[in-house]
Amino acid sequence: MSATAPTTPTTDAADSTARTRALLTAADPRRRRTDRTMQVLIWAAFAVAMAPLVSLMWTVVSSGIGRISMDFLSLSMRNIFGGDPNGGIYHAIMGTLIITGLATLISVPIGVLTAIYLVEYGKGALARAVTFFVDVMTGIPSIVAGLFAISLFTLILGPGVRMGLIGAVALSVLMIPVVVRSCEEMLKLVPNELREAAYALGVPKWLTIIKVVLRTSVAGLTTGILLAVARVIGETAPLLVTVGVTDSINFDPFEGRMMTLPVFAYRQYSQGVAPCPGGESASCVADIAIQNAWGAALVLIVIVLALNLIGRLVNRWFSPKLR
Amino acid sequence: MAQRIDTKDLNIYYGDFLAVQDVTMTVDPKSVTAFIGPSGCGKSTFLRTLNRMHEVIPGARVEGSVELEGVDLYGDDVDPVAVRRNVGMVFQRPNPFPTMSIKDNVLAGVKLNNRRISRSDADDLVERSLRGANLWNEVKDRLEKPGSGLSGGQQQRLCIARAIAVRPQVLLMDEPCSALDPISTLAIEDLIGELKQEYTIVIVTHNMQQAARVSDRTAFFNIAGTGKPGRLIEMDDTATMFSSPSQQATEDYVSGRFG
Amino acid sequence: MTTTVSPPPAEAPGRRRTRRRTTDRGFNRVFRWIAVGAGVLILAVLAAVALFLLQQAWPALTAGEDELASAVPRFPDDTSLLEYVGPLVFGTLLAAALALAIATPLAMGIALFISHYAPRRLSQLLGYLVDLLAAVPSVIYGLWGIYVLGPAVQPVWAWLNEYVGWFPLFAGPVSPTSRVLATVSVVLAVMILPIITAVAREVFLQTPKLHEEAALALGATRWEVVRTAVLPFGRSGVISAAMLGLGRALGETMAVLMILSPGFLYSFRILDSSQHQTIAAYIAADFPEASGLAVNTLIATGLVLFVITLAVNMAARAIVARRKEFSGAN
Repeated sequence: MSATAPTTPTTDAADSTARTRALLTAADPRRRRTDRTMQVLIWAAFAVAMAPLVSLMWTVVSSGIGRISMDFLSLSMRNIFGGDPNGGIYHAIMGTLIITGLATLISVPIGVLTAIYLVEYGKGALARAVTFFVDVMTGIPSIVAGLFAISLFTLILGPGVRMGLIGAVALSVLMIPVVVRSCEEMLKLVPNELREAAYALGVPKWLTIIKVVLRTSVAGLTTGILLAVARVIGETAPLLVTVGVTDSINFDPFEGRMMTLPVFAYRQYSQGVAPCPGGESASCVADIAIQNAWGAALVLIVIVLALNLIGRLVNRWFSPKLR
Repeated sequence: MAQRIDTKDLNIYYGDFLAVQDVTMTVDPKSVTAFIGPSGCGKSTFLRTLNRMHEVIPGARVEGSVELEGVDLYGDDVDPVAVRRNVGMVFQRPNPFPTMSIKDNVLAGVKLNNRRISRSDADDLVERSLRGANLWNEVKDRLEKPGSGLSGGQQQRLCIARAIAVRPQVLLMDEPCSALDPISTLAIEDLIGELKQEYTIVIVTHNMQQAARVSDRTAFFNIAGTGKPGRLIEMDDTATMFSSPSQQATEDYVSGRFG
Repeated sequence: MTTTVSPPPAEAPGRRRTRRRTTDRGFNRVFRWIAVGAGVLILAVLAAVALFLLQQAWPALTAGEDELASAVPRFPDDTSLLEYVGPLVFGTLLAAALALAIATPLAMGIALFISHYAPRRLSQLLGYLVDLLAAVPSVIYGLWGIYVLGPAVQPVWAWLNEYVGWFPLFAGPVSPTSRVLATVSVVLAVMILPIITAVAREVFLQTPKLHEEAALALGATRWEVVRTAVLPFGRSGVISAAMLGLGRALGETMAVLMILSPGFLYSFRILDSSQHQTIAAYIAADFPEASGLAVNTLIATGLVLFVITLAVNMAARAIVARRKEFSGAN
């Protein structure tokens, strides 16, 4: 298609209308086909991405819901062997909460203060280096973070040491850069006029940061921290190498092995099918370990999604309207 | 090539909001028609309905008809892509594709339509279009350099070259000089004078001297107040519009009493 | 683990000091140094990661072949540490590269869908949905991969082998269990999809309206607008996004550990089991039982992984940083 050599102007209006109509209705079929094809492919790409999400959520809920009970949530696996369908994940839930809580305690001050440094003070080579290496840190593989933590504590306490604190340190290495990044974004959203208004009133800078900047962005910071917690609460590999596994309740992160939900799910999965010499019965369920794994997975995913949801809602509801 | 545009009872909406009401006008072929009027009066909106560019904004729609040489642009069998190919557009801010060389910028539209264009044909077309836009002598030694390295006025002429390379019937210009310095503006105005030999040109401008300098006919748009739709107040030969308009509002506007 | 307050500053003062010199003392100074200290601490942590890994890996790096062979299970006789790690590096790179090959086009499609094709009101919600994929813990991906995806794709692998078997990657035999690198790559692809999508979506949304309109006004179809204005603008952004995804795929542990039936070969047969293993999964599998020199050896392999991911991430960040100067918004 396309109009080539200009024709001599014609006074014949009908002829000229016909030519124009030809020009305006001449859609190149090949181009139109390409456009359509790409549109279908792009919609399909999204559908393909949603398929695993839907399948995964459905599988976790349908396979895990059967195992959820008061006992499952409130008992540990102490003295539970083979196909014994008793016991639960209480020790793993508590372990996850304690270790993640500890990691949050370590990461939040460092992360938030670093974000403050970058936004309020940062300039020059140091700030550039911090920004760059925070980015690089987000790419540290979780297993390497675990190895780092265990190396550190091996150096201090000798080989073979396992405890919750080491896991918390490993998770902190993963969590700090996430906290820094999201808090930095939030602090940047605070308009400069607010800071200058405070300076104009004679408020010193540190007080301005605490009273104005942090107060304005507290909802955003909360969101960033919650999302960072959600990111590390499902980590398995670093805990596997630093905290080990146990079937009993242990509330003390400074002493002995602890269980966590993701590690529990993995452990149960790797135990596989239990032998039931007398055949399946109420006291021996062959695939109980798999069921336990799905049950733990369901609890874990509920926690993660709740953190995500709360995080987003906090930001939506409580953040001041800046623009 | 150049063709006539007729609109009849054209209403333009954004969602439920009526932005421009009841415009009936004729744009003559091979002439320059200027749209003037205060900010927000709908002249740019109206311009964008002439090549169906306003459809890009979600919720935008029109009632009434826009005819190019008697063919309704909004007819069922008309392809909006073909409309935009035949009714070219130059924007307020120069917008050459930053990742393309000057040459590729000129060829961008042609390559969409005709993937295999021979090297010599392409070179001819580039030279002809750039000459047509009065840019050839300035850039002939750096055709492979990125278009974003040119000055603002040169970039705008590059955009005009890009628009005329696809040989449109009509060229729409949406305040093409508002981001340019006075010297570049003059260069573009000269160019418009030459382009009207071949193309029907519609130009939106805030600058009344510019409308008086470049256009053959002038249309004045106005708006009754915020939230009210823009309307076409009157349209006449440019000389008449600036010396003895028939409407009081037009006289007030061209004499600088408001807007 | 908070920082200690450092001694008084001897170098460059804060940004506003010139104007407000008199107040830069007392609490102001303390607070500033706490903030600076936090930043420095992060650099120290990263240095410590490298240092401690190196320190703990050192015994394995310097040990003789015989020593390693007797201390480390699975360590074949008469091989150096490098030859030992080689197949693991190969498996890691192959799995990550395949995942990237699957995920990148898909992620670009999703990003375009959200930025340019989906109804505008829905796009934020759709973005959240894709982000949810990133929130799912990897152990759950492992469970899903082994119990749902594996059985589902097994016939696909069999089909590929039957009809495209001449292609080295799809050469037989096909494992009936689906515990193969191909399945792992698909799971990894799903896991890195949201990472690539998130970055690509942002750069596509930043495409200047001016350039899109320029393409439209030349008579471009929607796809042609994407091709002429959106993709060239976002190209380096997509490249760095893909490299971030690559970094994540290289380090992913649990999904590989749970799905893959490991082997230690330089093999391209991704439909066969017992061919490959990745560094991360290998460490996680053996670390809980390891002691003595075996621990050092595992940490040495971890160091290799650290170096690879560090290189990939630094390259990605460098591209992002360079892109800022070249962004078309001028």
